[in-house]
Amino acid sequence: MSYKVTEEGGISIVHLDGEIDMDVTEKAKEVIMPLIEAKKEVHLNLKEVQYMDSSGISVLIESHQKATELGTKVILKDISKSVLKVIMMAKLEQILNLG
Amino acid sequence: MNNLAQISEQRDFVVSSSSLKDVRSFSREVFEKVNIEQDLKDELVLAIAEAAQNIVKHAYQGEDTEDKMEIKISLANGNLEIGFFDKGRPVEKDKIRHRKIDDIKPGGLGTFFIQQIMDAVVFKEGEKPWINHLILSKKIDY
Repeated sequence: MSYKVTEEGGISIVHLDGEIDMDVTEKAKEVIMPLIEAKKEVHLNLKEVQYMDSSGISVLIESHQKATELGTKVILKDISKSVLKVIMMAKLEQILNLG
Repeated sequence: MNNLAQISEQRDFVVSSSSLKDVRSFSREVFEKVNIEQDLKDELVLAIAEAAQNIVKHAYQGEDTEDKMEIKISLANGNLEIGFFDKGRPVEKDKIRHRKIDDIKPGGLGTFFIQQIMDAVVFKEGEKPWINHLILSKKIDY
């Protein structure tokens, strides 16, 4: 997994790339969580994520819950087909913010 | 792409989260030889990777080890069987349950995915030298 963080109008945009599994979830959290803790609105661009497993989905859930707790939000953008399928398999499409 | 009637391939992997990408590569290589929909291939790769992840997470509780796990993918007459063998802690079958799907919290999703994708999930005591033997099976039309 690789990533790039950009800022646009006060919104932090995290572009994730590659495959997100148990081996990289800590790295993903290290990138995303501090932005949420700084109470920024975070957009996760998932266009280039070719694979995500339950560990990756857990990161999305944790991010969403932390953001809600701190009064901000995480929005999932440009979700790749394979990631959307896993989100729907987990029945989270109504829970997570899909933008 | 061949439409083989029969497949039986196995490989060993070090029990580590860093092996999961190799588990996926192996699974993808095997399913490339079968004439089934890409969506189904992706689901099967996910189920296999989740089961391997459970060995790392639960049978070994994330501890560093040089132990290997073995994954065997067999397909014959439309019956797909995927065997997982490991030498970790014995699986306590009664404690295995996926989280309730309306209980939104991180964790517990892997087993839920496996159960959604596969037709049957069976835990057996492994024959020596193995401790655990998990069998995932599914009827495949190809």
